[in-house]
Amino acid sequence: MKYKSQKVAYWFFALSMLLLCLQIVYGFIMGFAHMGFDGLHEITPFNTARAVHTNLLVVWLLSGFMGAAYYIIPEEAQNELVSVKLAYIQLITLALVGVVAIVGYHFNYWEGRKFLEIPRPLDWLVVINVLTFLGIILVTLFKGKQRTTTSLVLTMGLVFAALLYLPGMIWFDNQTLDSFFRWWVVHLWVEGVWELIMGGILAFLLIKITGVDREVIEKWLYVIVGLTFISGILGTGHHYYYIGAGKMWLIIGGIFSALEPLAFLAMALFAVGMYRKGEKKHPNKIALNWTLGTAIVSFVGAGLLGLAHTLPQVNMYTHGTLVTAMHGHLAFWGAYAMIVLAIISYTMPNLTGRKLYDSTAGQLAFWLSNIGMLGMTVAFGVAGVAQVYMERVMGVEFGVVQDEIAIHFGTLIICATMFTTGIGFYIYEFIKYGRPSDEALTSQ
Amino acid sequence: MLSKSSARWFFLGGTAISFAIFLGLTWTTLAKEVPKNTHPENLSEQVIRGKTLWEENNCMGCHTIMGEGAYYAPELTKVIERRGEDYVRAALISKVPWAPRGRKMVAYAFSEEEANDIIAFLKWIGETDLNGFPPEPAYDAKPNN
Repeated sequence: MKYKSQKVAYWFFALSMLLLCLQIVYGFIMGFAHMGFDGLHEITPFNTARAVHTNLLVVWLLSGFMGAAYYIIPEEAQNELVSVKLAYIQLITLALVGVVAIVGYHFNYWEGRKFLEIPRPLDWLVVINVLTFLGIILVTLFKGKQRTTTSLVLTMGLVFAALLYLPGMIWFDNQTLDSFFRWWVVHLWVEGVWELIMGGILAFLLIKITGVDREVIEKWLYVIVGLTFISGILGTGHHYYYIGAGKMWLIIGGIFSALEPLAFLAMALFAVGMYRKGEKKHPNKIALNWTLGTAIVSFVGAGLLGLAHTLPQVNMYTHGTLVTAMHGHLAFWGAYAMIVLAIISYTMPNLTGRKLYDSTAGQLAFWLSNIGMLGMTVAFGVAGVAQVYMERVMGVEFGVVQDEIAIHFGTLIICATMFTTGIGFYIYEFIKYGRPSDEALTSQ
Repeated sequence: MLSKSSARWFFLGGTAISFAIFLGLTWTTLAKEVPKNTHPENLSEQVIRGKTLWEENNCMGCHTIMGEGAYYAPELTKVIERRGEDYVRAALISKVPWAPRGRKMVAYAFSEEEANDIIAFLKWIGETDLNGFPPEPAYDAKPNN
């Protein structure tokens, strides 16, 4: 750590860890409910568990991205954050909005629009919060000694993410329009600007870990984010096949979303290529695992599994089935959860001064969570494909099909237990690192 | 070999062109496709009240509509056609959890009027042109419930 103000990142990461734990709890509630064990139905019905599970994911990832930015921007701009106090206020208000939203979901206080369940009044608080965050980052960058491509791409991702939140706040009487603009937020976040954030963090990690020349890494960063937008913006069309938005999206969405894996493939080749090219071997083995891991697993989860059902001929049958849950889990895990865990693993020794770079618990965390998540993906996939054939091809009634595939949720829960054990090890390590300390400051 | 500045232009140019095309297609969708496919003239006060109830109770947290939502409960795009109004109304006004085959729905205990609003909304959804979604099954397994 080179700047005192970078310490604020730790608390965003700590919030991320806490919310990740809660997210997993609600995941288990849903897994058991699918098997018929719904004892919590009165307190936490499925729609509550579902909204909490997905919203916690979004908030812990955002908190992780914000922590990453608070760590990376001072180092890249060579300047302290302009206001640490404001950053702490921003952290506390983010946590408060999150808590109010989640408690509200248990009392039927929400706006039932998939992924954007936060009620409208709280949306405005989110907007103020994100503007505060962006203000701190932009002013720090503006006053800094240098503006690197890495910091610009990261900041651009964060600014666009904030702007794209707005179309989701408009009320439409027409469900088609409602859905159309909801995807401007959800799709253009996860298959667009979030990839900029991911790319920015990945480039920072690769520069630090591999020692490859910044110019080379940043050149390829441009190519990757270019591929992301060229495929991802028009790829939004794959959400418009069956919502009443017309036939042209079948062609546009089909072609461009089929190109989306290219950006992830480029990201994987880029990470592995830079690692092989690098002469410096950074001692932080755990961070290296997560960095290469995120690039590879995102290609499989977001790229390949997305491609598997993005063409309209296939999607006609898989749309709205557990096949989507299969793709969703490995995509979010590989692309976004793992990049946050990568930056946390890289920064913890630097923030706390505890220079422990490799440990059994750290390795177990990586392998158990990844193998567990792969197992969960397979369980969802098997259940989903079986559902598609029985329900959509054979015409068997929904409830009968659900009974038939309930067994796969047993496998899901076993794999989820393995995944959770891995996350348990990760959090154990996180706690063992202790608090950030000024003693960890290195000379500039 | 590709230089950093050409890589930057690839990114900026590619993004600008893609976004411009996307905006153009969005305009076409809003001006031509949505009016043609969704019958906005049928969006009555009742349908809109139904949509509001649909959102306020997060029905999408278990069901899907137009294939969007969660996968815990049936897809409802064509539910009125498939099950009829009476069945849907019974599920909506039930004071105990509606639980076909044991999987529970929240007991919303809607009033008759509210139930009719939601039914009107579902009927409107059922009449939109969704490019053939949900697909007709290739076989016809008998309903078994």
